[in-house]
Amino acid sequence: MKFLCIDCDEQMTYEDRQEPGDGTFTASYVCPACGRRMAMLANPMETQLVGSLGVKVGGRTLDQQPMELVRQTLEGRDDAFVDDPSGRPTWAPESEERLARVPGFVRGMVKKIYSEWASERGIQVITPRVMDEARVDLGLEEM
Amino acid sequence: MTYRTYHQVTGDDRSQLGAQVQAQRDRVIERLQSVGRIVAVMSGKGGVGKSYVTSWLARAAAPESKVGVLDADLRSPTVARLLGASGPLKVSESGVEPSIAEDGIAVVSMDLLLDEGHPLQWRSSTGDSFAWRGLLEAGALREFLSDVVWGALDLLLVDLPPGTDGVTDLYELVPSLAGVLAVTIPSDEARRSVARSLRAAQDSAMPVLGVVENMSGYHCPGCADVQPLFDGSAGQSLADEFGIPLLGRLPFRPRGEGPGQEALASTVRAVLGGAS
Repeated sequence: MKFLCIDCDEQMTYEDRQEPGDGTFTASYVCPACGRRMAMLANPMETQLVGSLGVKVGGRTLDQQPMELVRQTLEGRDDAFVDDPSGRPTWAPESEERLARVPGFVRGMVKKIYSEWASERGIQVITPRVMDEARVDLGLEEM
Repeated sequence: MTYRTYHQVTGDDRSQLGAQVQAQRDRVIERLQSVGRIVAVMSGKGGVGKSYVTSWLARAAAPESKVGVLDADLRSPTVARLLGASGPLKVSESGVEPSIAEDGIAVVSMDLLLDEGHPLQWRSSTGDSFAWRGLLEAGALREFLSDVVWGALDLLLVDLPPGTDGVTDLYELVPSLAGVLAVTIPSDEARRSVARSLRAAQDSAMPVLGVVENMSGYHCPGCADVQPLFDGSAGQSLADEFGIPLLGRLPFRPRGEGPGQEALASTVRAVLGGAS
């Protein structure tokens, strides 16, 4: 998929992706010549189709988690997977979704902050509740 | 108004969808580098005992080899139970650890992930599951291959679902597939169905190791005599038609005991890479 600024005849540059949590996603692009910005707004069906491929429009900003597609989409047992206590904290699918709503340019940093906060407390799975607690503890309410 | 088309715009594809799909395939190949041989067990027809053969093959090979079993029959998974594997599956930074079943066999199966008695279903914010269910199932198979810490195995058996699609999908993901093993029962209905799968395998230039005829007679637990169970001789017919070896004929044993080392010997040699 490519986006062309017709007036400038320039390929637009991918800028950011957001997942507002309602089953849709948006991706924004900017023209490097004139600076015009545009957003692609995907409906739930299109979002589902892309998500079913296990890919992210614009590329990945977070490392792919083990069995990410299965863990995020399967209607399966609650205890199908258990996180290895010897490893670093892993992210629950709901938390990954919440993290995906953070603007891309700070997402990596935000993830690192949460991961370190959880590691220091021996937390193995970063759930939305863990994120809430960390946010209050670290004074990051806006993240 | 005229403007350039996709191929005329020569810059990178900024969606990176194609690159990500390629990266997924690369992960499969990288993960399976530590596996000596990957053999698919297939049958065009359901109910021929494909998973039974897979599980007893794994047990027969396990004493001498490090063996793994991937249950690719996502909608009707049975291998985990047959091998005594259980969950939960442990997730570490390097991937998902397989369940270690009896005889040290590494197992991953959808059966370990689904609630007891529940069908395979996927979460979605939309309906229209007919449009994307196949994508998710293909993705699950891919993740079973790429995201499981299979480790150094001599043999990975892949128990495929009935039909012809599974074997070609697997071969696209795993071009290093050492071969496919076809399982049939003696009946002519099974022969016609399994022939389609063998044709698909041969059309894709996959190496076919041979055919096993399961339920090849009824083994009486009282007198140890073997009597016919189905009309037909599909195993031999398929071997002749496709020029492949008939590796074994396994009688039905009503008490559930395995077919025994002797009956499986040729098949074990074939899947481990020895002469049949």
